[in-house]
Amino acid sequence: MFGKKVKLRITFLLLSFISLILIVFLIIKSLEENVVYFKSPTEINDLSELTKKKVRIGGMVKKDSLEVKAEEINFIITDFKNEIRVSYSGIIPNLFEEEKGVVAEGFIKDRNFFIAKKILAKHDENYMPPEVKKALENK
Amino acid sequence: MTSQLGHFSLIFCIFFSIFIIFQSINFFFSKKIIFKSSLLSLIFLQLFFVIVSFLSLLTAFLYSDFSNVTVYNNSHTSKPLFYKISGVWGNHEGSLLLWLLVLTLFLFIFVLSSKKVENKYKLLTIVFQEIIIFGFLIFIVFTSNPFEYLYPTPNEGLGLNPILQDPALAIHPPILYLGYVGSSLIFSSSLSAIINNGVNPEWAKHIKSWVFTSWIFLTLGIMVGSIWAYYELGWGGFWFWDPVENVSLMPWFCLTALLHSIVVLEKRNFLKKWTIILSIATFALSMSGTFLVRSGILNSIHTFANDPSRGLFILIFLFLLIIMAVTILFLNYKSEETRPNNFILLSKETAVLINNWFMMFFLSVVLIGTVYPIFLEVLTNEKISVGAPFYQKLMVPFLIPFLIFMSFGPRLRWIKNNFNKLNFKLIFIFIVTSLISYIIVKYSGVRYLFSTLLISSSFFLLFNTLVDLFKKTVQFPQKISHFAFSVLILSILINGIFSKEFNSNMKVGDELKFMNKTIIFKSVNFEEEKNYKLLKGNFKIIESGKKSLNFIPEIRIYNQPVVSTSEADIKTTLFNDNFIVFTLLKEDEIFNVRYQYKPFMIWIWISILALTFGGILAIIKK
Repeated sequence: MFGKKVKLRITFLLLSFISLILIVFLIIKSLEENVVYFKSPTEINDLSELTKKKVRIGGMVKKDSLEVKAEEINFIITDFKNEIRVSYSGIIPNLFEEEKGVVAEGFIKDRNFFIAKKILAKHDENYMPPEVKKALENK
Repeated sequence: MTSQLGHFSLIFCIFFSIFIIFQSINFFFSKKIIFKSSLLSLIFLQLFFVIVSFLSLLTAFLYSDFSNVTVYNNSHTSKPLFYKISGVWGNHEGSLLLWLLVLTLFLFIFVLSSKKVENKYKLLTIVFQEIIIFGFLIFIVFTSNPFEYLYPTPNEGLGLNPILQDPALAIHPPILYLGYVGSSLIFSSSLSAIINNGVNPEWAKHIKSWVFTSWIFLTLGIMVGSIWAYYELGWGGFWFWDPVENVSLMPWFCLTALLHSIVVLEKRNFLKKWTIILSIATFALSMSGTFLVRSGILNSIHTFANDPSRGLFILIFLFLLIIMAVTILFLNYKSEETRPNNFILLSKETAVLINNWFMMFFLSVVLIGTVYPIFLEVLTNEKISVGAPFYQKLMVPFLIPFLIFMSFGPRLRWIKNNFNKLNFKLIFIFIVTSLISYIIVKYSGVRYLFSTLLISSSFFLLFNTLVDLFKKTVQFPQKISHFAFSVLILSILINGIFSKEFNSNMKVGDELKFMNKTIIFKSVNFEEEKNYKLLKGNFKIIESGKKSLNFIPEIRIYNQPVVSTSEADIKTTLFNDNFIVFTLLKEDEIFNVRYQYKPFMIWIWISILALTFGGILAIIKK
């Protein structure tokens, strides 16, 4: 019915359309799997179900809570409403201090214990992650 | 005093812009289209005033004139001279002024260097470039004026963020901007070419050197940024998939695609519309890159304290430019894209198209990963970040066929090829590749199918490009760049697989075992420099049968602002980097120490340099 050229063009269009859908599907699926959510200690406290996925926690390092051991450090992240204990072993950025903003990435063990895999470095001592700012404003 | 001079020069420039646009349009519509040298003088004068304005900001920084707000916020009398200079572009206002400087400079060079092209085309390019310059001028003067006056004049400035006081980061913005801004000229000239119906091989030949130039600077700029991240941030990696890094990678993908498609346009008068779209996209991505970094919309580890309200202006400006570009594209493009009759599937054209599709795929992955969090936050108020696993998962499976295509693609000829002969060389390479990959996989414990395939395909590419080096059918600059790219991929891969790291909290005198090495923390010394105090650590690594290595990493505590940074000590050889960095913990006794072993690190930098060297050769050879 159609000429050879038209047929070729239709096949081409169909193929590109299908591959486009596949690619979008692939991207969205991996997004779902690899996205890291940001929570404040209060939000973790309010969770109905603890997630097994990686999350980020932001807040302030509580005063006098930092405890240094040979292999790990322990400290408390607070948003002045709720707090969560954090255990971490790994590189510690220079701007990590008590009573300064911090973002830790890792896994929730229970409502007040968190195992961090990474502490995010910042470059600017005046800079505070927007999440921390917001968490602090909401206190 | 200098500040006022700078400010008034900028205002002058606004009038120059309006005048140049008006003049060019006037010439364009005059009966006999002429290009008067008066226009060139106007463009030169505008450049001159931008330079004056830039120099006056520079003087304000050099003489620490704290009556200028920008200087007050970003400088300090005790800062070394070099960083006083780099402080000019180490902040939002100054970096925009640098953008503007490069914009006007490039326009001037463009007008000077394109004597042989049609006047119509030249005039319109000037118009579009001046529209961009005008927008930036308005943006600078009204929302980010670097010459804001401060009274009463403070005695001392706030100082430059110490993490920026580094030679690599001092030159990183200018190089990157040369790449970004180069794309503005490609944008203007492609719009002008569409209107004049001049998207043809001559145009491609003319604009090609600009495409190459921007690509070279963009590549170098990204490289310098990664080198800095590698030794200054202390975590030992060179790419974090952070949004701010991604925004420089997106125009790079686009520009790399353009680099290939422009050659097709030049040689075969084909892929016209596509090349134009790529030119527009590259510029849009470059501009949004600058915008996103400075606006604070992106939630990035590299974000500096900033003012998001300015973002709106540049976003609107960017939208207007894109709308203008798209309208021009639709109105002026007659669908005269004649598919060349002799278009055959197995040809260089197809190879370039495949390259372009891969680039677009990589681009969209990075784009989605970067902007998705912004959209999600606006829509659901949920805050997320997209990390490295997302990018790796989506890129790696596509990188494998990409590398394999890249092994064959450059060998194809224009128009037509014959694949009758069974290629023994190829089979030989395939066998060697499989053997090497097998050995590596066996001894490294790589357990993932994709990593194994990736290793094999990058070795396959390496050997194929190596063979191409001695062939005459492939162009010389291309050979160099493609070979360099294969070395790059391979070194990143080997680096990723064989890197080892060790991390502990140590006291002076501690000894720790790691693999077959002993790490000894010998001592810490306290010293003082002009604008910082420093703790010098002394570490020794002993490995049986090898010479012991001494490391002296530093912790610097800057006076103004009071911030500490870590300077890693890296021992580089051709085969590996040994990297030690330490940071302060609670008291001055216990330090967080990180040792890293990074094989083939230097080859990443060498191969990127070789990659750009290929680009430079391509320009010279033209």
